[in-house]
This record gives sequence, C-alpha cells and structure tokens, in this order.
Amino acid sequence: MCDQTFLAISFGPCDKCVKTKPLMNIYIKTDQFNYCSLCVEMMANEGLRDNETLSSLKNESETLKCKLEEERAKLHDVELHQVADRVDALGQFVMKTRRTLKGHGNKVLCMDWCKDKRRLVSSSQDGKVIVWDAFTTNKEHAVTMPCTWVMACAYAPSGCAIACGGLDNKCSVYPLTFDKNENMAAKKKSVAMHTNYLSACSFTNSDMQILTASGDGTCALWDVESGQLLQSFHGHAADVLCLDLAPSETGNTFVSGGCDKKAMVWDLRSGQCIQSFETHDSDINSVRYYPSGDAFASASDDATCRLYDLRADREVAIYSKESIIFGASSVDFSLSGRLLFTGYNDYTINVWDVLKGTRVSILFGHENRVSTLRVSPDGTAFCSGSWDHTLRV
Amino acid sequence: MAQGPKDQGGVGTADPDDDSPNMIVYRKIEDIIYRIQDDKTGGVPIRTVKSFLSKIPSVVTGADIVQWLMKNLIIEDPAEAIHLGSLVAAQGYLFPISDHVLTLKDDGTFYRFQAPYFWPSNCWEPENTDYAIYLCKRTMQNKARLELADYEAENLARLQRAFARKWEFIFMQAEAQVKVDRKKDKTERKILDSQERAFWDVHRPVPGCVNTTEMDIRKCRRMKNPQKVKKSVYGVTEDSQAQSPVHMPVQPQRKTTKEDVQKQITFLNTQLDRHCMKMSKVAESLMTYTEQFLDFDPFLTMPDPSNPWISDDTTFWELEASKEPGQQRVKRWGFSLDETLMDPVGRDQFLKFVESEFSSENLRFWLAVQDLKRRPLQAVSARVQEIWQEFLAPGAPSAINLDSHSYERTSQNMKDPGRYSFEDAQEHIYKLMKSDSYARFLRSSTYQELLLAKKKLENEQGRRTSLEKFTRSVGKSLTGKRLTGLMQSS
Repeated sequence: MCDQTFLAISFGPCDKCVKTKPLMNIYIKTDQFNYCSLCVEMMANEGLRDNETLSSLKNESETLKCKLEEERAKLHDVELHQVADRVDALGQFVMKTRRTLKGHGNKVLCMDWCKDKRRLVSSSQDGKVIVWDAFTTNKEHAVTMPCTWVMACAYAPSGCAIACGGLDNKCSVYPLTFDKNENMAAKKKSVAMHTNYLSACSFTNSDMQILTASGDGTCALWDVESGQLLQSFHGHAADVLCLDLAPSETGNTFVSGGCDKKAMVWDLRSGQCIQSFETHDSDINSVRYYPSGDAFASASDDATCRLYDLRADREVAIYSKESIIFGASSVDFSLSGRLLFTGYNDYTINVWDVLKGTRVSILFGHENRVSTLRVSPDGTAFCSGSWDHTLRV
Repeated sequence: MAQGPKDQGGVGTADPDDDSPNMIVYRKIEDIIYRIQDDKTGGVPIRTVKSFLSKIPSVVTGADIVQWLMKNLIIEDPAEAIHLGSLVAAQGYLFPISDHVLTLKDDGTFYRFQAPYFWPSNCWEPENTDYAIYLCKRTMQNKARLELADYEAENLARLQRAFARKWEFIFMQAEAQVKVDRKKDKTERKILDSQERAFWDVHRPVPGCVNTTEMDIRKCRRMKNPQKVKKSVYGVTEDSQAQSPVHMPVQPQRKTTKEDVQKQITFLNTQLDRHCMKMSKVAESLMTYTEQFLDFDPFLTMPDPSNPWISDDTTFWELEASKEPGQQRVKRWGFSLDETLMDPVGRDQFLKFVESEFSSENLRFWLAVQDLKRRPLQAVSARVQEIWQEFLAPGAPSAINLDSHSYERTSQNMKDPGRYSFEDAQEHIYKLMKSDSYARFLRSSTYQELLLAKKKLENEQGRRTSLEKFTRSVGKSLTGKRLTGLMQSS
C-alpha cells in the first residue's frame, strides 16, 4: 500500500485517522472527504464486506429455512385425516337460521359475543355499533362512531363495556349504561393509537387490557384505564388483519394473521414472536384457536382454511374444495373442536369436519359476503355477519 | 372511438404477477371460463339458436352450464352449482341474454359469455360520463331490445341533470358510437350489444342487486398499478382527478436490512432447537380432546333440556347460571385443573376443598396473581407488594412453598415490580397444585358426591340420548366403554 502512487491534491491531517499524510479527495454518498491512502483502502474493503454479508446472511437464512422444513418433515409420519379414519363420521346436520338481526344500514364488518351467551355487539360500515340481545333480537345500545368502516369490535368479559375502532386508527372503549338519559358517546375512552386502520381488537381476560391489531403491521397491548401502551408486537411485514387470544386461564399467548400470508404466535409478556407459519397463498383474514389451545385455524383469501398445530409446529390440515373459489373471511370452532365454521366471500358458510378434513354442510342464506363469524361462548349457536346488512344466528 | 373485443391485444387476461385477493379469484373464474368454452375438452355447447324470424347467436342454456359445473368441479348438489354460477355471472363473466339481473338458472334460459375486453380483471372503474354516453346511445337506436328499463331511464334523467353543461359533448359521443356500430355485422352487433349491456349491469347494477364491484377497504391500498385502472369504455377521458379515490398511493416496500435478516436467522435457529411432537401424537391428542368434549358440544349432542336458540326456552342457561352444578359440569372439572379453574363454581368447590385441608395458600396465591394481571396499570405496584407480604415475605401469614430457585428469581423481580413479577412462582405453584391438591380433590368425597348425586338421573337421560346418537352415528370406536356400559346397565 505504501508504494501506491496517486495524485495527491493536498497534504495534511486525514479526516479519519488524523495523521498528517498525502490526502485523496473522495466522495462518500454526497459528502466530500479528505482521506489518506490507507483509510481509503480500508473504506473500500469495508464497503465490500457489507455487501457480502447481506447476501451471505440471506443465504444462511434460506439454508436454515430448508433445514427447518426437513426437520419438521421428519416428524410428519402421518396425516391427520388418516388417523381420523378411526373416528365415526358425523351424521347429517340440519342447521337453520334461528334469528335474523336487522338494523344496520350498511355492511356488517365485525361482531363479538358477550359472556352471557345471548348478547352480542356488531359494527358496520356506516359507523354504527349496536349491542343486541340476540335471543329477543332487541337492540339494547347503539353508538355512532365518528368514522365509517368500523372494522373491529369486542365485548368486555364483564359485559359492561364494548370496544371498537376502524379507519380512525384508534380503539375506543364505551362503558355500557342502561340509563336512557346518558349519552354513551360522552363516556367514550380512547385507548389505542395506531398509525393505520384498526383491523381487530379483543379484551384479554379482564376489562382492563385490550389487544389490538392494525394495518400498520403491528399488534399492541394497552392498559384501558390509562391508555398506556404495555407491549407492542412487531414482526409482520404487512397489515395485520386478525388476532385471537389463547383460550386457557394460564395462557399468555395470542396468534395474529396478516396480509404477508403469515400467522404468528406471540408471547404477551415479552413481545417476542414464538412461532411463525407461512403456508397460505394470500392474506389471512381470520385466525382462531382450537378450544384446547394447542392448535389454531386460519381463513384466507386463497379460498382455503388451514389448521396449524403449535406442538408439531406445522400445518396439519387444509380445508378446501375445487368448487370453493372465493376467499374465506372468517372462521371459528365448535365447542369440542370437531366442527369448523367458515364464512366465505361467496355468501356461504361451510361447515368442516376438523379431523377428517371433509365438508359436512354448506349454508346459504346471506345475500352478500359473510364478513364475520363467531360461535357463542357456550357453543349453542354461532352468529354470522354479512355485507347484506344483517346478522344471523 | 373503436372499442370491443376486436382490439383485445393482451388486455383479456389477468396479470399473472398481481396476486391481490380480487385477482386471485378472477384468475380462478377465468380458468373455469376458458375450460367451459373449450370444445375439445368437453366444454358446453355454444350454439346459434333459431327463434321465430331471427337467430340468437352464441348462446348456451343455463342447464348446460349447471351440468358442466357439477361434472367438472365435482359438485354433488345442483343448488351449489347454481349458486357458484350465479356468482360468476354477478362478477360479470357470463350473463342471461334477456335479463338485467345476473343470476344463473338451471333451465333453458339462454346465457352468453362476456368478452375478455370487459372482464373485471382489467380493473374497470368506468366513469359516469361513459354510462351517460351508453344510455344516450341506447335511446338513439330504434331497437326493441335496446329499450331502456325503468331504472335505466331514471338513471339517464339523473345524469342529464348532473351533466347538463356537458350534455352536448355526451350526445356527440353517443352519435359517433352509433355510427360506428351501424357499420358492424348484424350478428356481431347483437353479441356486442348484449356484452356491453352485461358490463353495465355489473358496474351500474339493477337497484336491489348486489354490487359486486364493492371492495374491502383493507385490501384497496395494495392495488399495484393505478395506471392499470381502466376508466373509459369509449375512449373519453374525464377532466377531473385521474386517480380513483379508492386507490391510495402504494406504500414503498421497506427493504430488508441486515438487521432484519439477522433477526430471521436468530429466530430460525431457535425454531430448530425447539422440541416438536410427532404428527401421530398430535393427531391422537386432537382426537382425544374432541372425543372428550363431544358430549358438551351443543352442535353434536343436544343440550339438556334443550338448545335455547331452537326451543326459545332459556332453561339451559338458567341451569348453568345456578349455583348447583349439573353432573356434566362436574364431570368436566375432572378433565384438567384448567377446566376446574375456568368454571367459577368449580373454582369455589376446589377452594373449599383446599381450605378444608388447610392448604389453601397455594390456590389463593395463584388466584391473587391472576387477579393482579387483570388490574389496571396504576394498581399493579401496590398489589405486587401486597402479594409479596401475604405469601412470600419471610414470616408471611400464608407462606407458600417455593423452591429456592424460583424464590430467588421472584425476589429479584421485586426490585422492579410489574404485572409478571410472579410468573415463575405461579407456574411452579400451578404444577404443585396439579399433581398434589387437584389429584386429591378428584378423589375427595365432596367431588365424588357431586359426581354421583345426579347419577340416577343420568341413567334415564343416557337411554334417551343414546337413541338420539343412534340416529346420527352408530357406535363409538375410540371409547366403546361408555356405550357398552349403558347397554349393560339397561
């Protein structure tokens, strides 16, 4: 290096090593520097090393992914439906609409049941959030949100409050009051703040904490009373569309699905992603845990629903048919986990036998897309909400 | 001014690179459409049908379409095929030649396939000016088949008011269109006219029909090419905003940085180290769980006395709410400690039991920590201190038995008290309860009594429900014990 000859513009202290040497005039990005020849060499080499490392890192990542697939495949000794051959087939089902809830002026986007098994809250594109006693079909409360497209709503475990949000990027909690004179909107509490639309929200075991998912690619856990952010979850590469909390009392995890085709399982306490699944071909619109908490199902725009097991760390079943070409928007399990109810963009609801992988029943009735579907807390019924402005139980 | 299937170019098919949700569906539909029209591989017969004095070109009957769908997409129920066909029509890929309403009927009604130029996968968003030109054009031509329907006449009147100043321009465009159309072959004109009408039936649907062009706003952002959006059917450009309000600018994709990839690698390494279960074990576990809860699932086993939604009788819910636990419910507590703790009545019973054994501090600690996690943030610190004083501090009134390791960790956590300070301790205590107190609880006389108390009633019910089960499915291969047990007893 010492015998390199170059045209020295100047002689003086090097900008980098401060030694007095012949200096070269070089440009790094848009700035001009005067470096001695040694420093220039080092700079050039470093640059090279940076580029190398990024692509070599990517290679390493790919190799690891392949290795992981191999390892997992070794444990895949049998298919679920093969083992399920032993189980009796389910008989014919007669499922009818028992209640139709009319009252929304526009597409119903989301709904949630109350723990009392008969009340539910639903939200719609016209900005209205309505609490119904689904058993009597009476409307008990109604709130008008300042924004349209209220895409998420949830009932508090105590039954005393609801949360909702959408294009306003916020999640607001409204305490439910039976006092006719009180305006519900007056007691509104803004809890969550995201930088993009709110796609899903859910209370944890208590009224005091809310978990939200947003179009900004993150999920977040908030303290309702103070509105403070308790934990944020980063990892999705695109909008997060749905989430579900693990069902057990001791559970500290939740699963989220997004437009990056990934379903990710998170630890509520640390904010870390524990597991990740990427086998869908398109956006994941809805995720729901299997009742035991060991597995979860996902519904996607690729017209399939898939079952992923957390212990095996892989997809264990696909629920699809050649005649189903429209995306699945929502999914939920029956109480025992034997039946999977899925709502589709082709206005139908398909009922699948979870173990055998076959379709048990197809339900017609809605006149537009089914956008949301939830089984009641005691499993006696399920409710579907649709773009045809109605909800059916 | 020329438009129509002649200048398709590469416009017909969906962009294979675009994998937005709508495109995925369009591609699937288009695949069906190609197959259904393909003579060589058993497509439907598309014929020219003679009717009175004229011929009806290029039609196929609804029944043929339904047949084809059932055969080629493996559909058993014609109702399903009709539903699918109706959706394909509603999206704009096929249409009835004599109706504005886009549904499929399983009979001799004639249908025609839409020209690829008009396919939804071309991202059409036609403007009102085009619609005005179209309606105007229709009124100029003296054909019975081109007469405006009531709703179309209303639309035209509305547009005339809205575009009052522009009307001369619109009129001229319509005239020009009519001139061009006259030059075309009669048969071709019939086909084109019907296809154009079907196009507008999709984008300006009959009042009361579903507008299939409505989009889910969450997916709108990702339309890659705003330039690709076609706005003008007749080559007329609108002066006002070039961008549709629905298409927001695409967010620039964040490039993956070194840190991102490094995180990925760390994550993958952790995954490799994870101990996973074999599929066979997983399958067994899922099946056992389902089998265990079969009786509790109202969709599979009729609830006792009835499902409130079906019978309009809320007795079932009232029984659940009462303090007297039913036999089924008590049985459920035996499945796992979690089940007992989830049911408020089960929790109470368990608490009473451990109190009677003078070993309630473990359960009370566990319950206290659960409660802590549900408190608002402000209350957390104070509560943590209280719990420490009550259960863990030296000389605590309800001292719990923790191993030294967990105790160390917990004392460390106390320096920075938070919601999860007692996680380790809670897990340890849970395991202890599970193997110790819980096991004893299940063997205890109180539990056994609760379980047996309704046994006599259960036998009678057993006969009834077993008959019901027979009509649905015979025998249970996994645990034949129960059924044979019942049969032996009766």
